[in-house]
Amino acid sequence: MRNLMIVARKEIQEGLRNRWVLATTLLLAALALTLTFLGSAPTGNVDVPSLEVVTVSLSSLTIFLVPLIALLISHDAIVGEMERGTMLLLLSYPIGRWQVIGGKFIGHVAILAFATLLGYGAAAAALFATTAGIDDASWIAFASMVLSSVLLGSVFIALGYLVSALVQERGTAGGIAVGIWLLFVLLYDMALLGLLVVDQGRIVGGGALNALLLANPTDVYRLLNLTSGDVSALSGMGSAVQQAALPAGALIAALIAWTAVPLTGAAVVFARREL
Amino acid sequence: MNDTVQVTGVSKSYGELRAVTDITCNFGAGETVALVGHNGAGKTTLIKLMLGLIRPTSGTIRVLGEDPSAGQFEARRSLGYLPENVAFNMALTGREILAFYARLKRVPLTTTDVLLERVGLDTAANRRVGTYSKGMRQRLGLAQALLGRPRVLLLDEPTTGLDPALRRSFYDIVDELRTDGATVLLSSHALTELEGRADRVVIVDNGVKIADGTIEDLRRIARLPTRIRVKVIEAPDLVDTWARAGGWRRINGRLMEVEAGPEEKIALLRSAASPDAPVADLDVIPPSLDELYAHFLSASREISE
Repeated sequence: MRNLMIVARKEIQEGLRNRWVLATTLLLAALALTLTFLGSAPTGNVDVPSLEVVTVSLSSLTIFLVPLIALLISHDAIVGEMERGTMLLLLSYPIGRWQVIGGKFIGHVAILAFATLLGYGAAAAALFATTAGIDDASWIAFASMVLSSVLLGSVFIALGYLVSALVQERGTAGGIAVGIWLLFVLLYDMALLGLLVVDQGRIVGGGALNALLLANPTDVYRLLNLTSGDVSALSGMGSAVQQAALPAGALIAALIAWTAVPLTGAAVVFARREL
Repeated sequence: MNDTVQVTGVSKSYGELRAVTDITCNFGAGETVALVGHNGAGKTTLIKLMLGLIRPTSGTIRVLGEDPSAGQFEARRSLGYLPENVAFNMALTGREILAFYARLKRVPLTTTDVLLERVGLDTAANRRVGTYSKGMRQRLGLAQALLGRPRVLLLDEPTTGLDPALRRSFYDIVDELRTDGATVLLSSHALTELEGRADRVVIVDNGVKIADGTIEDLRRIARLPTRIRVKVIEAPDLVDTWARAGGWRRINGRLMEVEAGPEEKIALLRSAASPDAPVADLDVIPPSLDELYAHFLSASREISE
């Protein structure tokens, strides 16, 4: 346990030193604030929008940006240290390989959580200062959106480690990371949409659709945040909700599984690797 | 004997490539061992095997009583390692990096300042490692290897990138550790530098151990001739007689040289030092370590061919 914290602390120290933390926080805050104050234009007015609109806008932002940031931080974690030669020395110390991965994971998730909480928190604070009478339900939806964004980030950090543990060169890891991002964020949904249009509900029923949505962590995140209460009306996910009825607990469990499985995989692959 | 490192019949192959073949050697406490071989001879593989970074294809390894690849870390706390090309995270300072490694070894952080001073990095401790020169990084590498009074030190080509003054202070540190009872394994491709530093030399070539013993042992086994060089008093006719008698070679003017095998050495020296011998000066040059190394290499290659 102590080793995990020592490694996590070093990762955070490095993140602070090479400006990763600063850059990510500023990027997320800038985009969140922009969306908060300009994001209501599509709905037809230029006033400060309701918190629901902000929640919807920010979750769309999360789906594009958070996996990208997470993969950028994580794809280099193992293969990069091996290439630079720092891993050789680290592993000669009294520390297990799973502790190296676990410590890095804690550190990287902490960096991402810090950036997300601060970045999106800035948007929330700005809204709180300018708008009166936001009800508790909206705040809860917003808070759960922020927390699930961190969870989505941890999914892609774990996926990045798995890639990093499998490949021999950093360049390969970078390429595969981009591929994963494209697949889960863009291509998968397009293909799924195409399938549903062609199929017209003949073969793909509710159960199959649920399975297909659970097979992509960004869709799980979407279901979690865009289908509850007032938000669903704004997000255009209403029709999907009717077919895919999955409770929030199952969706959160799916995201945790999407983190745990690749992370365990990365630890197993790394443990067998020879330096 | 109190062996800290025991390597028994160890082989390691990477697919077709046999990096290390059936090596057996034990190192004791307080022993300084030089592991010598060409680049790619298997030195680094052997060290990685001792660290447990790779698992042997066959054979067993015990370091401080533990199997290093079994995943127990008690022994690693008393182990220091300096990799061949030591690398650190460029963004952190020397002090931060040393503190990180000290925490992993559960060594009090107060010792890091002492170590930084000992390797001459105290003034650069708060600078980022990215700004360090190669020699400074090497010294930081040595500092981390010395954390926590190690019982076994594995140093892979430790003096590359060090200037002569630092090299000397490096060997002073090694001497201190030896007096303290630590096992020090130094790998190198140049044997000459290790003359007088190492108690014992292990030569590996193509993954096979071809020689193991003190430098004196190796000299005895190799039976390389000692060169005796004399300066004779002005007596050209005598010089000619010697030259005809065989062995002696005239180098210039009054300087003569002979290569003497181990048995004839004493007899030759006696005759050269006898009161009636016309000798003004005399030098005995034992075979250099490089000659010794070359001898063992060529001997092992002849056998394998």
